[in-house]
Amino acid sequence: MTTSSAPSLSTDAAQALRPHAEQTYATELEALAKADDRRRPPGWRLSPWAVTQYLLGATLDDGTEITPKYIGARRVVEVAVATLATDRALLLIGVPGTAKTWLSEHLTAAVSGDSTLLVQGTAGTSEDAVRYGWNYARLLAEGPSREALVPSPVMTAMARGSIGRIEELTRMPSDVQDGLITVLSEKALPVPELGIEVQAQRGFNIIATANDRDRGVNDLSSALRRRFNTVVLPVPDSAEDEVRIVTQRVEQLGRSLELPEVPAGLDEIRRVVTVFRELRSGVTEDNGTKVKSPTGTLSTAEAISVLTSGIALAAHFGDGVLRPADVAAGIQGAVVQDRVSDGVVWREYLETVVRGREGWGEFYRACREVGA
Amino acid sequence: MARLDTSGLHVLGVRHHGPGSARAVRAALADIKPDAVLIEGPPEADALIPLVGELEPPVALLVHLADPPRGDAAASAAGWAFWPFAAFSPEWEALRYAAEHGVPVRFCDLPAAHTLAERMARAGGTGEPDGAEPADGPEADTEEGATEDPESVGRDRLRLDPLGVLAEAAGYDDAERWWDDVVEQRGEGEPSPFPAIADAMAAVREESGPEDERGARREAYMRQVLRATLKQGHERVAVVCGAWHAPALRGVADFPAAADTALLKGLPKAKVSATWVPWTHGRLASDSGYGAGVTAPGWYHHLYTAPDLPVHRWLTDAARLLREEGHHVSSSHVIEGVRLAESLAVLRGRPLAGLDEVSEALTAVLCEGEPARAALVHRTMAVGERMGSVPPTTPMVPLQRDVIAAQKRLRIKAEPFDRDLDLDLRKEGHRERSVLLHRLRMLDVAWGDPRDTPAGKGTFRESWRVRWEPELDVALIEASRWGTTVAGAASARAAERAAEADLPGLTALTEQCLLADLADALPGVLTLLTDRAATDGDVTHLMGALPPLARSARYGDVRGTDAAHLRAVAEQILRRVCVGLPPAVHGLDDDAAARFVTHIDHTHSAATLLGGEALAEWEAALAALARRETLPGRISGRLNRMLSDAGHIDAEELRRRLGLAMSQGTEPAAAAAWLEGFLQGSGLVLVHDDRMLGLIDSWLLGLPEERFSAVLPLLRRTFGAFDASERREIGEAAGRLGGTRAAVRTRVPVDVERAAPALATALAILTDGRKRAS
Repeated sequence: MTTSSAPSLSTDAAQALRPHAEQTYATELEALAKADDRRRPPGWRLSPWAVTQYLLGATLDDGTEITPKYIGARRVVEVAVATLATDRALLLIGVPGTAKTWLSEHLTAAVSGDSTLLVQGTAGTSEDAVRYGWNYARLLAEGPSREALVPSPVMTAMARGSIGRIEELTRMPSDVQDGLITVLSEKALPVPELGIEVQAQRGFNIIATANDRDRGVNDLSSALRRRFNTVVLPVPDSAEDEVRIVTQRVEQLGRSLELPEVPAGLDEIRRVVTVFRELRSGVTEDNGTKVKSPTGTLSTAEAISVLTSGIALAAHFGDGVLRPADVAAGIQGAVVQDRVSDGVVWREYLETVVRGREGWGEFYRACREVGA
Repeated sequence: MARLDTSGLHVLGVRHHGPGSARAVRAALADIKPDAVLIEGPPEADALIPLVGELEPPVALLVHLADPPRGDAAASAAGWAFWPFAAFSPEWEALRYAAEHGVPVRFCDLPAAHTLAERMARAGGTGEPDGAEPADGPEADTEEGATEDPESVGRDRLRLDPLGVLAEAAGYDDAERWWDDVVEQRGEGEPSPFPAIADAMAAVREESGPEDERGARREAYMRQVLRATLKQGHERVAVVCGAWHAPALRGVADFPAAADTALLKGLPKAKVSATWVPWTHGRLASDSGYGAGVTAPGWYHHLYTAPDLPVHRWLTDAARLLREEGHHVSSSHVIEGVRLAESLAVLRGRPLAGLDEVSEALTAVLCEGEPARAALVHRTMAVGERMGSVPPTTPMVPLQRDVIAAQKRLRIKAEPFDRDLDLDLRKEGHRERSVLLHRLRMLDVAWGDPRDTPAGKGTFRESWRVRWEPELDVALIEASRWGTTVAGAASARAAERAAEADLPGLTALTEQCLLADLADALPGVLTLLTDRAATDGDVTHLMGALPPLARSARYGDVRGTDAAHLRAVAEQILRRVCVGLPPAVHGLDDDAAARFVTHIDHTHSAATLLGGEALAEWEAALAALARRETLPGRISGRLNRMLSDAGHIDAEELRRRLGLAMSQGTEPAAAAAWLEGFLQGSGLVLVHDDRMLGLIDSWLLGLPEERFSAVLPLLRRTFGAFDASERREIGEAAGRLGGTRAAVRTRVPVDVERAAPALATALAILTDGRKRAS
């Protein structure tokens, strides 16, 4: 949560472990804003067209290269941007690791230039987090006043006319969720204690994410659901797309964690992606052999983390080159979530698929070693 | 020769089945006020043009060989071609304009007589697989390049996809969308796009090099017709053709007529006839395999029929459809859906929201992100299934008229989607429907598909799934060579089939004749059947023929056919089987014996169906056979079991025979085979007869070890077929053997309270409900 207090805690963005999207891609956003001559909706930093360019990547006329942020179906991004442009709230749904949060952060950064107005939905999220809270010391000392009011990120977003993000909307208790209905339909948040209301400025909107697998935890009421346009994020269509996503992210993560430079072999990335895809879909890429699927989701995000940890291993303990042995442990950890049943799945996969595959011998031996 | 005056010539290059093209054609025609109209289509259909006013699209021109080829499936699949027209087809618009304004109109494409003759020659030569190009239509020339010719695959991309190249030049990645934006989604009152289209096509054609042979001939013919029309003194001539041909026709004066004549010389020719047939949107859709198809006929129809607010109306319709399916969709969903579709269109720089935008709005807003639900609605609406109709005055073969009359009389409609029909054959109307469907099947007109009768099996119920496809009209035309009425044609067809069929085929045919109520054909089929039965030495053929016959004899009850004759034939065949049985079972190996047992089973149930004297003879034959020593074990075991089940062998005798088979002297493998045959289906007999079980038990115990392991697989197969409770009971019974443990069978105590209702019901059934009432 961002509040105005506690300046001693704020730190230099350059030192941040994970800079926000608008910090990382400040130059791209600036170049886009300069080149963008289309109409911008009120309160937007960029035109919808420029937002899609920012997300999908392009080369601007002045030669600035915009890296693609979301690799996948163009229509997903277009529907998302068009939704925000019609001041409808946007709900991103997908299995874990399909870049919901990633997309929401970048959308917000591009549209409002500020992706920090974030509420994380948990079972313990209280109404304060979507409406407003009080600074109780002040409240007791001075009585209800504007100074004693602690606005939630949603309230701040309304006042500023920017986009507020809500992560894992379905994990919030239902009554807290329903607090959003007024915000989304009336675009105003009354504060009865002070007899005022905060009216959303133009440009305000909400992007929420929710998890497919968690459906049924706290299902959205139909009243709330109706106020969102829903975009379902698919798992990457083709292996090629997934390799691109993983390569790009692994490279970026390596940079921000200042890991020693390790050439992330495309072979190793392709191998990890292949293993994940095959286990996820339950059939080998050549569509020749059926394999069992483990209980975990095996998302692209997990593939990325397997590779980053592999790179860390290679850099600190290995010879500086990403070897099969460096990813073997990580990949097994990702696949085998349930020791008993997933263990069988993994061993079976190793023996029936990996063993006979051309050029996978070293990987097979490494996995066997880890498993032993 | 004086240069042809083409000042009054207007060539309207269109995309087949494009609503924007259609609208542009309408505007252009109103503007030009032509005194003659030429349309890309088969000239054989010129005589059918006066019918246009009475047709309801979608309809298709069907051109077929006047004399359908016999026998050869590949040839008959190639012997016809369709030219479909939807309400939103520009060609249809031109036809309608001409009909309304009394303007003379002609089709100007290469005659189908040549096309079909060529295709027949090709099909005859290579034996092309059936249905390789089910619908040829106004060729796929502009859209798909040349899907009609397999050899065209290697040609360069420009020719394959001229629109794709144009679209790319305009910065589109999808040719369909480009055409949609530039032409199809035009509103009213915009300037005519046709000169620009022709110019663009000319540029593309310049790069793509000369036309292929077939394309060149078609264009040559079109030019010839055009020249003739101009020479007749028409001053304003409008030509409606695929955009690809526009440049070749616009510049007709630049082409020497002599070259065209030379090109058209000596083409093969076939005798063809043409007619209108109803068509469906489903068949227009490109995923049905129709080369010039459009992806979403429903959407195009909508665009064409709802000129204002197409997106609003489309999403409102979608909402209504969803509500019918029981989903809650409010008007505010529709409002937000329209907004999303429109802002998506703006984002993508399109003039108007298209099908893509609408479908995405449908998913994200109306269906709240549920792709499956959205896909269902979208598919239904995008195809927008509808079927056209033709007036009764359309040229039809008599057989078609007869079918239409029957449909009217029996009140079953030809509809383009699946419908389930449940028929109760005891009702006159239902029976006639069943007969009609069976007769059409006999003629290979697969309108109905018989389905397994649901629960409550009875011979008086029948289930069908019916669906009328436009191809069925072709099938009817082909079938018309058998006769002029459904009944007559079906009888003739049955007779012809009978002449070629073998014995099992004949009995199946007999059954079909009965189902289709073909009293005329039946005697002939039965005569052939008895003849074949007499000469056929293979007793298994006879046995295979019997069950359908026995079944047929029973249909007599419901269908009112005379069963006596049939019964006589069946009994005669059964007698032949009885005679032929003993030699046939001699010296069979295990697999052959197993197969033979199946035959015996089927024949047995057939004989039971026939009953009476025939059954007695059959059982006598079985009894005689069972006494034979040399019988394969499998058959012998089965026979003894059947006889004992039928009560012809008493328990004592059965035990004797079992003991004989299971004695030490018999080869263990043969004994195991005997056992397998004996216990086939059920092993309960062992539970109830301890002595029999004892015999088997002592046989098993007496086997030396290596023999035991040899017969074990066979025994396992026998006992493995029983269900678990049966095996357990046999096991328990075996445990009681020998009295070592005089274990009383443990009885599960009866729960009286739970059993009471069941008992009461059973009692009520037994006493006909009287007890209950009192």
